[in-house]
Amino acid sequence: MNLMDAHQIKNAVNSGKITAREVAETALRRIEAVDGKLSAFLSRDRERVLTRAEEIDRTIREHALPLAGVPVAVKDNICTLDLRTTCGSKMLENYTSPYNATVVDRLEHAGALVIGKTNCDEFAMGSSTENSAFGPTRNPYALERVSGGSSGGSAVAVAAEMAPLALGSETGGSVRQPASFCSVVGLKPTYGRISRYGLVAFASSLDCIAPVANNPKDIALLLSQIAGRDAHDSTSAPVAVPDYLAEMNKPVRGMRLGIPKEFFGEGLDPEVRSIIETGIRNAASLGCELMDVSLPHTQYAIADYYIIAPAEASSNLARYDGVRYGFRAQSPADLQDMYKRTRSEGFGPEVKRRIMVGTYALSSGYYEAYYGRAMRVRTLIKRDYDQAFERVDALLSPVSPTPAFKIGEKVSDPLSMYLSDIYTVTANLAGIPAMSVPCGFTGEGLPVGLQILANQFEEGTLLRLADAYMAAFPVSKPPLKI
Amino acid sequence: MSITRAEVLKIADLAKLHFKEDELDAFLTHFQHILEYVEQLKEVNVDDVPPTSHVSLTADFEKHIFREDEVGSSLPVDASLTNAPDPGSGHFRVPKVL
Repeated sequence: MNLMDAHQIKNAVNSGKITAREVAETALRRIEAVDGKLSAFLSRDRERVLTRAEEIDRTIREHALPLAGVPVAVKDNICTLDLRTTCGSKMLENYTSPYNATVVDRLEHAGALVIGKTNCDEFAMGSSTENSAFGPTRNPYALERVSGGSSGGSAVAVAAEMAPLALGSETGGSVRQPASFCSVVGLKPTYGRISRYGLVAFASSLDCIAPVANNPKDIALLLSQIAGRDAHDSTSAPVAVPDYLAEMNKPVRGMRLGIPKEFFGEGLDPEVRSIIETGIRNAASLGCELMDVSLPHTQYAIADYYIIAPAEASSNLARYDGVRYGFRAQSPADLQDMYKRTRSEGFGPEVKRRIMVGTYALSSGYYEAYYGRAMRVRTLIKRDYDQAFERVDALLSPVSPTPAFKIGEKVSDPLSMYLSDIYTVTANLAGIPAMSVPCGFTGEGLPVGLQILANQFEEGTLLRLADAYMAAFPVSKPPLKI
Repeated sequence: MSITRAEVLKIADLAKLHFKEDELDAFLTHFQHILEYVEQLKEVNVDDVPPTSHVSLTADFEKHIFREDEVGSSLPVDASLTNAPDPGSGHFRVPKVL
């Protein structure tokens, strides 16, 4: 039994060919064998996982479960009762949530095994996991390179066969970019598609929980279990959840695919460009029609995002004050001193930078000039997509302008790190779903992902195209460096 | 648009953050670069463009989502205190305010 395919595992467990306990032991052994080199996991509890697996084995004697015994790695900004939720921050180093996130309850109800919590940039702010207070997660295809981020641990857990499924989160590309860097499949769903109750807030108008897997069918399986309205999250959409696996059986022939010219401009690595262009020709050969489209406000997306996200973060992260949970500085002189020292000692540099930029953008006299304007530009970015989707069913583009960069390469220049999000942030600003699917490897052996974007609540369209594409053009992966 | 050291210190105070002297210079440079970069938003004509906050609240459900005002379950006091750095009996202890 390998840990590549969730469908295979749940079928084997439901039919009694293997027990959930055996699957759990396989996953734990794999993590113990390879994670020393990768650092994808921040916490796990062997005994708890085995006990839980035995419960699943008892339940399936009564009835089958949709995710019977399937190990799922969960990003460490998603609350779990049984394991710490640190958000990759010293601030929450010893925090254990008193409740489960809705997605975790839904996973457990479906018979999945939460196998451990995965590393991420602190409070999901970053594109490499280098901002984690607990050290970076390494790329399994090149250990001296980043895994991508912020959900790097979740992508690596799947890429290195430690779990067939993982949950990450997306605010500006935090699942698609690591999925691209690690040759796995990542889906950022429509804003509001999956409940965020129990996802530690970063930027509330952008945040989404986002699944990772090795193939689109497994993403569909996972999404079917966790999507849908939740009374605990008023921003979750009251929109029916389609049968995503059935959606995938529809043909792709005749689909119209748009190529946004703004995603192929200056800054795109020539080798990445060539791999993506081959991917686009391959997609067309499935019987799809290619069309040139324009998303003219793309050039403002990074500036727009880096006002909106920090502004909302500065407000959301005000809750870390050393009073109710988390870190508190030693022997404060008074209340103000406690607040300031707690936050200055508990947060890392990137989080402080974003709180500062956000506080500035929201401060008296600047609100309309920065945040107000950014939310209007956001409307224009959304309208670009609305117009494009009147003509096409999906868009194809690169996920990231470069393959995985070296650890340390961008840490001293925050703006250059921000610019690497150029092809991913617009989907978050427009609230549309988008995927990264494996497209090829560079001459140096680094993965490159193809991005597919569709209109709001069209996850079925994305999964259908991704599945047809991956079935027709499988990427042969070089061996992992572990 | 440039930002002064004094302005950064004022923002830090609002954000309840403190920067050591030796951190401040690097921070000022990064902050400056970010502000210069986002200046480009000023080129965009946003006259008559409304802001977008809930991006998928469109055609199908462009309205507030209400629920009945019914008493539900909430977190017990003990569970609320388990992560507190300095829990009291049914409360959070903080340094003296007055």
